Amino acid sequence: MSVANLSYRAVFALVLKRDLTIAMRHKDDIINPLLFFVIVVTLFPLGIGPEAQTLSRIAPGIIWVAALLSTLLSLDRLFKSDHVDGSLEQMLLSPQPVFILVLAKIVAHWLITGLPLILIAPLLAVLLHLNEQSYGALILTLLLGTPVLSLLGAIGVALTVGIKKGGVLLSLLVLPLYIPVLIFATSAIDTAALGLPYSGQLAIIAALFFGSLTLAPFAVGAALKVSTN
Amino acid sequence: MILRYRIIRSKSKNDLHQNKANRVRLDFVRYFQYVKECIFPLSANLAASETDSLAAENQPALLSATNLTCIREERLLFDQLTLEINAGDIVQIEGPNGSGKTSLLRILAGLSQPYNGDVFYKNQLITQSREEFHQNLLYLGHLAGVKDEMTAQENLNFNLTLHGLSIHSSELEETLTLANLTGFEDSLASHLSAGQHRRIALARLYKSTADIWILDEPFTAIDKQGVNSLEQLFKAHIKQGGCVILTTHQDLLTFSPSQVKKITLDYIGE
Repeated sequence: MSVANLSYRAVFALVLKRDLTIAMRHKDDIINPLLFFVIVVTLFPLGIGPEAQTLSRIAPGIIWVAALLSTLLSLDRLFKSDHVDGSLEQMLLSPQPVFILVLAKIVAHWLITGLPLILIAPLLAVLLHLNEQSYGALILTLLLGTPVLSLLGAIGVALTVGIKKGGVLLSLLVLPLYIPVLIFATSAIDTAALGLPYSGQLAIIAALFFGSLTLAPFAVGAALKVSTN
Repeated sequence: MILRYRIIRSKSKNDLHQNKANRVRLDFVRYFQYVKECIFPLSANLAASETDSLAAENQPALLSATNLTCIREERLLFDQLTLEINAGDIVQIEGPNGSGKTSLLRILAGLSQPYNGDVFYKNQLITQSREEFHQNLLYLGHLAGVKDEMTAQENLNFNLTLHGLSIHSSELEETLTLANLTGFEDSLASHLSAGQHRRIALARLYKSTADIWILDEPFTAIDKQGVNSLEQLFKAHIKQGGCVILTTHQDLLTFSPSQVKKITLDYIGE
């Protein structure tokens, strides 16, 4: 045995592997948000009627709103269980930088909840008669947008993790931050349907992604310190 | 060990609110310090190593605290608590339920911010030398920090690696044997009893290289034999120049009363 200063990459891999192991053994975490996403999207054609034109008109909005809500539903698990069993305290007391630990947890959360959404979204888009030209835009906006949802959501969870029933507060805190992503993503998909370039909207979502990727973990670390106080 | 503390019976409400305003300001200062440390970790380390070489000459106390004040839910738990813990000390914190034992331990570990006062590790503020302090600290709280979805061995491995100890799987098994968990290495923690849960967390002690052990009720749900072997472990640890700070409602049986330093927190609320 030796005392070793772990490289940041090793710490990142350690926490990521742990969270993925836990998720694989606790499959609810993966299945619940995905099932919610599928249910919401499939219910719309039943409620609105199978008319292709109407559906393809509202498809981007439906898919994105469902993705947003299903992320919100899964956010709670990000820090809650670690807080309840004390492992969050242990992480904060470890000599590793909080930034890396938090980033690894958020990446794990995205792999568990965001990635399955992206994989299944094209299938659901078929159900909604999404315009053929929009598929590329749909995948790209989801690829850039869902990590933003996880990153921004993590700030909200970190702030409310110490509160017993913080669910409502979490939605209130996080939803306004999600709105820009929603607006630009759906606008990109609509623009793509018209055959116009949508790189402008995509660039804004990419900016949101890199902005939150670099800044959110700091905010989450600070918020966790307040929450465990 | 120098140990002084005094509890002021009442503080006017005005005073409290005045302090609260200061506290908020202080929080902002701390937040900016924190952001600065994140961005410039090198400069913080440099400053720390300079003060370290100065302090090394007169053997600073491992852990010391000055003028600690803790207020929970508008109730004063302790005030102006000053303490100094040196290598080789075993300190038992006593007091009735709700007297602030856990709060004190959390403040000493740097998990909670005191209302007032500072905590030092080898004469450096723990907020300034976070990494070094945490490298030398082992804190086990009420909650064991053991994940139900992982096996005993995975839990131990994660906890050790996270705290910078690399260890082989054969050694992991050895350590779990020491913690009396033979045969449960590959059982999920959710299938184990409360005492075994606790033992998974405590198994870290056998491999710890930290100087400071802060243990909140470590004997909860542990059987007599386990308590005995833990006490032996504490003895070995303080002999090697570490210190143990713990709360427990039972007496440490294998230590002579003069060996154990006691801090008694008396609850005097407003």
